[in-house]
Amino acid sequence: MEALLHQILAGLATGGIYASLALALVMIYQATHLVNFAQGEMAMFTTYIAWSLVNAGMPYWAAFFITIVFAFAMGVLIERIIIRPVEDAPVLAVVVVFIALLVILNSVAGWIYTYTIKSFPSPFPKDAFVATKYMSPHEMGAIGITLVVLLLLFAFFRFTPLGLAMRAAAQNPQSSRLVGIRVGWMLALGWGLAAAVGAVAGMMVAPIVYLDPNMMGGILLYAFAGALLGGIDSPGGAVVGGFAVGVLENVLGAFVIGNELKLPMALVLIIGVLLVRPSGFFGKVHVTRV
Amino acid sequence: MALLEVKGLHAAYGQTRVLHGLDFTMEEGSITALLGANGAGKTTTLRALCGMVRTEGEVRFAGASIGRRKTEDIARLGIAHVPDGRGTFLNLTTEENLRLGAYARRDKKAVEADIERMFGHFPRLKERRRQQAGTLSGGEQQMLAVSRALMMKPKLMLLDEPSFGLAPLLVRELFQILERINEAERVSMLLVEQNAAMALDLAGQAYLIETGRVVLSGKSSQLRDDEAVRRSYLGY
Repeated sequence: MEALLHQILAGLATGGIYASLALALVMIYQATHLVNFAQGEMAMFTTYIAWSLVNAGMPYWAAFFITIVFAFAMGVLIERIIIRPVEDAPVLAVVVVFIALLVILNSVAGWIYTYTIKSFPSPFPKDAFVATKYMSPHEMGAIGITLVVLLLLFAFFRFTPLGLAMRAAAQNPQSSRLVGIRVGWMLALGWGLAAAVGAVAGMMVAPIVYLDPNMMGGILLYAFAGALLGGIDSPGGAVVGGFAVGVLENVLGAFVIGNELKLPMALVLIIGVLLVRPSGFFGKVHVTRV
Repeated sequence: MALLEVKGLHAAYGQTRVLHGLDFTMEEGSITALLGANGAGKTTTLRALCGMVRTEGEVRFAGASIGRRKTEDIARLGIAHVPDGRGTFLNLTTEENLRLGAYARRDKKAVEADIERMFGHFPRLKERRRQQAGTLSGGEQQMLAVSRALMMKPKLMLLDEPSFGLAPLLVRELFQILERINEAERVSMLLVEQNAAMALDLAGQAYLIETGRVVLSGKSSQLRDDEAVRRSYLGY
């Protein structure tokens, strides 16, 4: 029983990371109706930036926030320079661009930082008073940070005029232009925010899985499974889905299928959701009069 | 000075040319109607004014040339388009739809008062305030579209078939509200209508478009008395 509780709590910690990345995927999906396969590599690359800053002697939290700003700028630039020109291109062309981006970021990271696995610091003290026998301080801290990020994003989209304009631009670009919203910039901002959320996920997961250019491959797959499980067009669903996948992964890995089959489990989940309930569990059924 | 001056306006969707050198002008504070049969190019004219289709020719709004501008910049200059199909943000609430109308405005305090003013014009929208706009009836969505455009505090409103899908009683009510707004706030209106009789009642000036050209223009009273217009568009 205690072992199960331990696995569930550890699953929530990694699940929070999947949830953040799933949310980043959903944000891009809502604007472009495509899954950004490079989301994980973008997160990986920004985590290396954080590593460089910390290694250069910068305090962790300073590096943390500078990395978020860097990630935001990187997301905006990628949208403006790489995605914008293929905006009206066929779906497959855009998918190829996403995959190219994945490969390029992966290779550049390997070229600059080599493929040697590096350890990444956790900002949470090892012997914190919150430490329990069920969860490490880092796991608790990661859940906390994830929840703060999710709450901030929710508040931004729900309560600010800019957040409303971004939702509008994603849903109905033409009507948005007619009320003076600069739709192109809203998409770029969306990419920036998604990249920033991904950067936080990267920095939270790196102390657990260690830093290397391929660290995000499996994590993106879990995140994608989470996003699909919750409903690829539902931000809230993606978050719940991400947490669920984290718990499922840990519990099944520990007690049922073993660690070796954890990743295939994500694929089975993806296929299962697509077969049984393609809109996911929280995917909105939009009511529209015709 | 004319508020809107259109000279030799051409527009095309891909290879299909729809407007072949349209000319017309609108005075500030006026209501002007564009009449014509289906496919004459009325909707395309409005879309061309907003930079939503590829155009050639000259469009001057309040003295500035806007023929090459982007849609969002034209909107920010004070042209509010109530588009064909109403352009509702279906997944957002009624109130969020209204707030989006005021997106480019800087006078945030006046926005709250304007939202209440819209609810005064259209009490149904107030009841539906927190409801997803996609669940509104066609008539309610039309009121929402007009309100959203008014939230922009425009100098010029482009209205594409505002009577479409509305019960006759509602059409009359809507047109009365438009007339009141035109008089009280000096918002100029360019009205595209199938319902020529109602359009001529509301508008002071009218242009008749056939296959992408203006074939007749004048005061509404003159057009109403024109033999051909009466027979083809008024139906008596």
